[in-house]
Amino acid sequence: MPTPVIEISGITKAYKMGEEVVGALRGVDLRIDRNEFVAVMGASGSGKSTLMNILGCLDRPTSGRYILNGQATEKLSAGALAQVRNKEIGFVFQTFELLPRSTAVVNVALPLVYSRKFWWGTARRAREALKSVGLGDRMTHRPNQLSGGQRQRVAIARALVNEPSLLLADEPTGNLDSKTSEEIIALFRDLHQRGQTIVIVTHEEDIAGHAQRIVRLRDGKVVSDFPTATDPVHRDFLDRAAQASARAAGQAAVGSESRPTHESRAAQTGGSA
Amino acid sequence: MILIRLALQTVVLALAQLWGNKFRAILTMLGIMIGVGAVIATVGATEGLKAYVLKEFDSFGPRKVWMDGTVPRKLRGRVSWSQFDLRLSELEYLRKNCTTIDAITPMYFTGATVRSADESRQSISVTGVWPDWHEIEKRVAIKGRPLIQTDIDEIRNVCLINDKGIQELQLDADPSGDYILVNDRRFLIVGVVETKDVAQGFPGGGEARTELYIPVTTALSMQPRETVSFALAQLKDAKDAEEARAEISSIFRRLRKLSGEDENTFVVEAVQSVIDQINRLATGITVAAAGLVAISLLVGGIGIMNIMLVSVSERTREIGLRKAMGARPSIILVQFLVEAVVLCMVGGLIGIAAGLGLVAAAGQIPGSPLKDAAVPLWAAVIGVGFSALVGVVFGMFPAIKASRLDPIVALRHE
Ligand SMILES: Nc1ncnc2c1ncn2[C@@H]1O[C@H](COP(=O)(O)OP(=O)(O)O)[C@@H](O)[C@H]1O
Ligand SMILES: [Mg+2]
Repeated sequence: MPTPVIEISGITKAYKMGEEVVGALRGVDLRIDRNEFVAVMGASGSGKSTLMNILGCLDRPTSGRYILNGQATEKLSAGALAQVRNKEIGFVFQTFELLPRSTAVVNVALPLVYSRKFWWGTARRAREALKSVGLGDRMTHRPNQLSGGQRQRVAIARALVNEPSLLLADEPTGNLDSKTSEEIIALFRDLHQRGQTIVIVTHEEDIAGHAQRIVRLRDGKVVSDFPTATDPVHRDFLDRAAQASARAAGQAAVGSESRPTHESRAAQTGGSA
Repeated sequence: MILIRLALQTVVLALAQLWGNKFRAILTMLGIMIGVGAVIATVGATEGLKAYVLKEFDSFGPRKVWMDGTVPRKLRGRVSWSQFDLRLSELEYLRKNCTTIDAITPMYFTGATVRSADESRQSISVTGVWPDWHEIEKRVAIKGRPLIQTDIDEIRNVCLINDKGIQELQLDADPSGDYILVNDRRFLIVGVVETKDVAQGFPGGGEARTELYIPVTTALSMQPRETVSFALAQLKDAKDAEEARAEISSIFRRLRKLSGEDENTFVVEAVQSVIDQINRLATGITVAAAGLVAISLLVGGIGIMNIMLVSVSERTREIGLRKAMGARPSIILVQFLVEAVVLCMVGGLIGIAAGLGLVAAAGQIPGSPLKDAAVPLWAAVIGVGFSALVGVVFGMFPAIKASRLDPIVALRHE
């Protein structure tokens, strides 16, 4: 059995809010293998971001174990954790988090600045990363000269530039319209196909449908963890979507076998796992 | 290694940051600028003034010791001024017994009417000296011979004349061997000395005139008298100025039978002592200026700290992002420290430029004693060094604050 990328057990995270203690995570176990594409879902406040921040080594759990690529992270110092973030993790934020006064290339090169791996050719690597997300013609644009989708592509290029073993995205399409969201999720699918391990947070079922596996959280606990194709909630969603589109397709075709594209795609990715 | 590369990048980044906030940066740097500018200007002016004054004193010769009789304060108005004039016998004793000097000459000034074959001049300066005068005043005989001890011992009617005198009295180009009349006494010219310009404002300064130098014994015999105007001596070593003054004083006190409480009836001054005093004064001024500047740097440093704290808080999200991207706390610390240091050093450099400009401008004023003033390199180095130090010291707290920010908290910061 190969080493999993992520192996967490008994993760809790508690926040003190004055007198009372809020349990954002209340015992989460999760194992994610190489080249998995996982969607984390759940209602607002269910602990998705908290979990992602811990997976991304941006935050530490209150208790529990987190083994990343075989390395325990609990005992690491702040500096060592920073290096883990730099080497192993690419993080994509809902709000992009680009340096507003820097060009796309400079933004993408940011992780390389703190990298021990790549000394030379930082600009070249940054340009290549930008090309790979389809922004070869936007190298020297500043964030305010780019659309939301383009900004998120820059952020994705930045997350990938250091060749991380794990790509984490917390609601990467949360600030984008549905057409742009489709483009961004297609980019993730593409990356997954090229071997990238990906965990994304989303609360949109159709976005989650692109993943292989859906982990659902409620009140800081994992309540379900299924391959996308067999996830009951997702199947329910697809069925209702199919009915809706069938109705929309017109009464003439009632009972026809038109299947929504999502399901076929989900089945395809699910099958390749 | 990564830190060096990053520090370089950070310097560029910091400069860009400064350029982006030019106005704010300049206001922030004002304290440092004024502080460093003040130290540069003060040091430049002090050093310039010192050099100017010392050059004047140097023309006397730093090994020179001057001694004269004086009436003690208590006796002033009750005894005649000439009562305590130096006696030739005292100087002879000093010449034999004083270990810290290697040359001594009495100086006896008198005026005389001097006649050559073609000219006659009144109130010509005639100075009675010993042969050591050549050594002490650095005035060699450029023609003929110098005065020698035999001239003194035998009270000869011989004289040295200066260039100017040859002109004024219309003598031969080399008049040695000729005779002139000094107050109707026949004197043999034995040699010629160069006319020495004495700076204006010092005794004998102003336009050079005819001068005659004769054996002091001859000069005194013409009066007649036994005391001289004053005496000059030369230290064996300029370092021993204070010892020499002490030794000469004690010899005089013994000769003059002064005991315990009695005030000195003579004065002894060494040029080197005065030079030392000037040096001490200049150092004192510099130290005082440094103290004032330290205060202004402190104020400037507080300004730097303030602006760096503002910068950290403004860029909290950026710090969070950098940390999320893998910047270690130490790197964030270095980044902000470098920024503070760059800010201070730019301020310091501007201050140095301003200080240099001020000194140069002061030197442009006609007749300014600062016209040759140069700011010593060490002052500039210290100026920049202290600016950097201020940056490190006052940038440390904001930088530590930045480095300790939690990435998640920083990223959520509005
Ligand atoms: N910094 C914090 N301080 C206090 N409570 C927090 C903090 N961050 C998150 N929480 C709480 O933890 C719970 C989970 O938050 P979060 O992980 O952001 O949820 P999600 O991303 O699923 O919407 C929420 O109840 C939230 O209020
Ligand atoms: Mg969230």
